[in-house]
Amino acid sequence: MSLLEVRDLRVSFDTDDGTVYAVQGMSFSVEAGQTLGIVGESGSGKSVSTQAIMGLTPGATITGEALLDGANLLTMSEGQLQSIRGSKVSLIFQDPLTSLHPLYRVGSQIAEAMLVHGHVAKAEARARAVELLGQVGIPEPAKRVRDYPHQFSGGMRQRVMIAMALALEPKLIIADEPTTALDVTVQAQILELLARMQRDYQTAVILITHDLGVVADVADEVVIMYAGRPMERAGVEAAFVEPHHPYTQGLLQSIPSYSGRTGKLRPIRGYPPSLMHQIDECPFASRCPLVHDECRVAPPPLKPVGTRPGHLSACVLPSDRVGLVAAEASQAAAGAAER
Amino acid sequence: MIRVVLRRLVYLVLVLFVITLLTYIVFFVGNPNDLAARFAGRDAGPAEIRDAAVRLGLNHGFWYQYWHYLTGLLHGSFGLDFQNQVPINSEISRAFPVTASLVLGAVVIWLLIGIPIGIMSATHPRSLRDRAGTTFALTFLSMPTFVLGVLFLLVFYYYLTRAGLSWFPAAGYVGLTSSPGQWFLHLILPWLTLALVQAAVYTRLIRGSLLDVLGEDYIRTARAKGLSRRTVIYKHGVRAALTPVVTQLGIDIGTLLAGAFVTERVFGLPGLGQLALNAIGAADLPVVAAIVVLAASFIVVMNTIVDIVYAVLDPRVRLA
Repeated sequence: MSLLEVRDLRVSFDTDDGTVYAVQGMSFSVEAGQTLGIVGESGSGKSVSTQAIMGLTPGATITGEALLDGANLLTMSEGQLQSIRGSKVSLIFQDPLTSLHPLYRVGSQIAEAMLVHGHVAKAEARARAVELLGQVGIPEPAKRVRDYPHQFSGGMRQRVMIAMALALEPKLIIADEPTTALDVTVQAQILELLARMQRDYQTAVILITHDLGVVADVADEVVIMYAGRPMERAGVEAAFVEPHHPYTQGLLQSIPSYSGRTGKLRPIRGYPPSLMHQIDECPFASRCPLVHDECRVAPPPLKPVGTRPGHLSACVLPSDRVGLVAAEASQAAAGAAER
Repeated sequence: MIRVVLRRLVYLVLVLFVITLLTYIVFFVGNPNDLAARFAGRDAGPAEIRDAAVRLGLNHGFWYQYWHYLTGLLHGSFGLDFQNQVPINSEISRAFPVTASLVLGAVVIWLLIGIPIGIMSATHPRSLRDRAGTTFALTFLSMPTFVLGVLFLLVFYYYLTRAGLSWFPAAGYVGLTSSPGQWFLHLILPWLTLALVQAAVYTRLIRGSLLDVLGEDYIRTARAKGLSRRTVIYKHGVRAALTPVVTQLGIDIGTLLAGAFVTERVFGLPGLGQLALNAIGAADLPVVAAIVVLAASFIVVMNTIVDIVYAVLDPRVRLA
């Protein structure tokens, strides 16, 4: 059994301007101790998906299933979710500058979850906070626990967030763009730290990012999201070597190193569809160089593709048509047709 | 932290000095004969006026006169008033406890009303409760103190007394030390008059401030830690939302301590506001000047207290 199994997750928000269908049929699973990368551009629903299953999207309408160790998070009471958040599942957010409370010492912020969930004494929680700060690489942890967040740099604050997430040795850490707000040099350190902590604590990680390079480095499995749906699910190797979905291929080709041969970046033309109505075709159809009539009928379901088990793609193209070469040929053809 | 406090105290002294200088220039610099004539009274002849000018020290230079005034202030003396030739100090020390009782009691009431309603509104935005809170706030925000005060008198004094229930006195003040019960009864209507308007302001202030804070990333972090809704709202939310409230409270207390003019007038409370109004009517310049200096001092002192409280509340301010 997977540690976390999410099936057909749908999340929508009622706003003054109408309903926003942020997530429309998201499915993924995470195995114990493994790393799942969720990749997508801004607004593709990657953060909403994970926050919704943890009950952190107030006012959202949520359907589907999210089984954590077999128990459905979506039918739990707020109290049950509270007992899971911070103890079994921890979250790390994008902007460490605003994610720590400015008025409390970092030590007490790290100790807080332990005091709430762990039923430990204050002194014990405090000692553990020092230990954790040391583990995440903060020098002089015994002194720094008494400091406030504004006395730390951005990278250091993200280390504090990681220490906070690890406090109760959760089974799963959801890291929502943990390095996006940081300097490139610091990004690598934080990812390395996250990977080391994951090994030491035997924790599974969901890494949400728009950076394919990050995913290639640390993930075991990848879900590519687009317009609130999974486009492709695969092991990290299959995703990068044998991508099936034209969107995945487009993403890969818009990375500088992948398009090196022609020396030109290949951005995906057009814009993602509006989420203000339910999309009744393949959401990528309007931007896809290989669009068929079939794509306009209904959003294609995930189907097994390629040669490796567990490789799924939501595209109508033949299941053996994988790899970047095929995509390049097709894009060239599309380019010729345009001319 | 100690450096912040010391620096604020130095500023405080400097500002107070400037205030006394400006007040002195505004009130006492001019034709010496005019001042002396006011002091000498309505039917005074030229000889008496000259006499008064000498007694007031008006024949000396400006800096000498100011220095005289300032040393008087530093020794805690505002001098004599023009009307009755009594020490202004004794008039102020009679009036100040009245205003202080009125204001501090009202502060307690408006915080007790405003904070819970503000928190309720912010934690249930757009709900029926929120709308009820907004309606409450708008009602009292748009009702001037004199209308509310007179309404209270009409209902609680006039109608009740006519119905044979003389629970509330009409006007006046009884000292806390002479009769706590009467003190309370005489102040309850003025308190409510002053407090309901202010409670409306604070309801809106706290609602807005807390709504902003609850949208912050660190609130999401607190929820992600699995803290209860209560802990998230009070420990993480309200704590951070208090800063603008402290600022407003400092300004309000400072301003009102110099005299809650309208409320004191409506309920016949002999506080600083009444003293000032009477002095202005009688052109009793030393009294008006004394109250101006006092009013400015209250505001400056409250601002200093606010700054120090800030440093206590927010570690980021301690560095500045």
